[in-house]
Amino acid sequence: MAKRDLLSIDDLSRADAELILETAESFLPVLQRDIKKVPTLRGRTIINMFYESSTRTLTSFELAAKRLSADTMNVRASGSAVDKGESLKDTILTLSAYQPDIIVMRHPQIGACRLASSYTRASVINAGDGKFQHPSQCLLDLFTMRQALGRELDGLKVWIVGDILHSRVARSDIAGFQLLGMDVTVAGPPALMPREIESLGVTVEHTLDRLAEADVVYLLRMQMERMAEGANFIPSLREYSALYGMTLERLRPGQKVMHPGPINRGIEISPAVADHPDTLILEQVESGLAVRMAILYRTIAGYDERPADERGAA
Amino acid sequence: MTVRTWCRGGAGAELLLRGARAVDPLAGLDQAVDVLVRKGRIAEIGDRLEAPARVRVVEAEGELLLPGFVDLHTHLRTPGREDEEDLGSASAAAAAGGYVAVFGMANTDPVVDSAAVLEGLSRQASAEATVPTGFYAAMSRELAGRQLTEMHELAQAGAVGFSDDGVPVATAQLLRRALQYAKVTDRYVAIHAQDDSLMGAGVMHEGAVSAKLGLGGIPAIAESADVARALEVARYEAGRLHLCHLSTTLALEHLARARDLGLPVSAEATPHHLTLTDEAVTSLDPNLKMNPPLRPEADRRALVSALRSGLVDCVATDHAPHAQYEKEVPFEAAPFGTTGLETAFAALYTALVAGGELSLAVLVERMSQAPARLAGLPAPTIAVGEPADLCLVDTSTPWLVSAADLHSRSSNSAWLGRTLQGRVTFTVAAGRVAFDDRA
Repeated sequence: MAKRDLLSIDDLSRADAELILETAESFLPVLQRDIKKVPTLRGRTIINMFYESSTRTLTSFELAAKRLSADTMNVRASGSAVDKGESLKDTILTLSAYQPDIIVMRHPQIGACRLASSYTRASVINAGDGKFQHPSQCLLDLFTMRQALGRELDGLKVWIVGDILHSRVARSDIAGFQLLGMDVTVAGPPALMPREIESLGVTVEHTLDRLAEADVVYLLRMQMERMAEGANFIPSLREYSALYGMTLERLRPGQKVMHPGPINRGIEISPAVADHPDTLILEQVESGLAVRMAILYRTIAGYDERPADERGAA
Repeated sequence: MTVRTWCRGGAGAELLLRGARAVDPLAGLDQAVDVLVRKGRIAEIGDRLEAPARVRVVEAEGELLLPGFVDLHTHLRTPGREDEEDLGSASAAAAAGGYVAVFGMANTDPVVDSAAVLEGLSRQASAEATVPTGFYAAMSRELAGRQLTEMHELAQAGAVGFSDDGVPVATAQLLRRALQYAKVTDRYVAIHAQDDSLMGAGVMHEGAVSAKLGLGGIPAIAESADVARALEVARYEAGRLHLCHLSTTLALEHLARARDLGLPVSAEATPHHLTLTDEAVTSLDPNLKMNPPLRPEADRRALVSALRSGLVDCVATDHAPHAQYEKEVPFEAAPFGTTGLETAFAALYTALVAGGELSLAVLVERMSQAPARLAGLPAPTIAVGEPADLCLVDTSTPWLVSAADLHSRSSNSAWLGRTLQGRVTFTVAAGRVAFDDRA
């Protein structure tokens, strides 16, 4: 049987994505209990391989695995054999010798997770590969929207505002939001807008003049670490903030604001917006745990809808 | 002061090639014939020829008999990276692709920037190469873009032309000086047109596919802006400029204008740019990472039209071997380049001739006689008295390209896993059998 990877949002059908969201919902009560742990993945081994820094994603995947009773190991690029010049292929082959069931991987380069998958029998879950994809972020964003706005997302208008060019979140979210029937607009400075992005079926804006149409405003930070010095994508953060920074004055009452974090207060988001009740940033973090539990569970159990205890006999 | 190639000596072939369809636009041939080769030269062409004693008969009915191909653009990796290719393995790959002459670029380690290095290589080719092998010399010492090489001495040593390929032309002034001095040497200057500031950290064509994948884009203008600059310099100096591996419609438009002005400018296109598009990069296969990058279908079509009309003079492979471990990495980390010698004809035949975009006669001319003329070599042709430089091609058996089939020391081919038609089965280069897959 072919193993199940989650490398890109494009790996999922609408039904798959909805099943993950429903599974995540079923895990919510577990997270409210005193004993926040279920035996679902007992005896399974999950390796978190993080070649790039991460707070939210790593802690969330690690805690999700522990809540499901799996054995977890974290491998970081610094302080490992990667520092000694070991190639990705060799690191994957080495770790695969422990027979892990799942490798959760973050890597600074596009396609690294797909390459890793070709060298291991473990399922590979992409926890962010360069500027390409971050599917678990997209799924937790969808989950957050369903919690805040109701399960019917069809026809919602989402504006993604900021550094689209360098954003894997934008690439996953565009695909995932469209998968569930939403209407996506991307807005930001022209140099940070990928050429021919219209081909993905989005509307492109370079100002926020029509922002009022959005039901959800999804903010991205400026990824200065991916911008070479002198590349001049924008003249300055100050000017970016003046043109695209989200303030209460720019928002219409009731518009929801989201952000994958980490946020830069005073640049893409004003403190007043960051702390506003219509802003869902902390809800996103909270959703992350249930959604990643669902992703891990579905990666092992599959996308068949029957509960795990009924499938053994099949 | 002639262009030279070198290869091992040996007795000329004694062959009777029977019944293949000979297609040679220079000789005006397109018919099934028997060709008798004595002592490495074509002795007789006719119908139902008798085999003299001790002459090997090759029954080739249903196959194509073509003048051998000439490649103006290969990376032989020797000296310096013999683990990727050496002159013997390059010859084996070339012969397996029907090539009867190849020219190596100068971006080796050390760089071919002095007559001493070139003479060392030519001695090595005389000992190891089974297909005549010639060499470019660098335009600037160590490809550093500052000081011209001793172009006259290098031309005397047999260099085919001058190129800093591997890196773009450093400055317009350097190109101007090279074109001026090239007049003393009667050689052309070949350039890899690329504006580095526009190239940035790009790894694939900038367009819809890069938008989806997030890969850094190489805009078409990174090529065309530098082509425009080079053509301005060439026009001013009336210098003989050769544009390597053109890939964009925008660059072709500049070239067409230069041709209209009557400038002595030539150009080549690669099998990968003529047959593949950036859509394929969706697979993130590092063997599809090359520079210039694969472009969209509209550019590919424009390139095929230019090859058909002769605006682009010839096919050149830009054969670029890389060690397997260097390509077993994420797309962004992989080096640029695909091998091409062994698959060039089959890829072009499958996509363009069988696909109805180009006639076989034109393809043969662009792969054989046109590049030979640009290099200043006698054009291979199937005519009595000529040296036997030819190949046989099987166009009926599908060929699923796999690494095990390849003779190059490297297997980073963009065509791995693809099915082609038109595999070369037999090559005679400089009158000697260089490849024989018919046993």
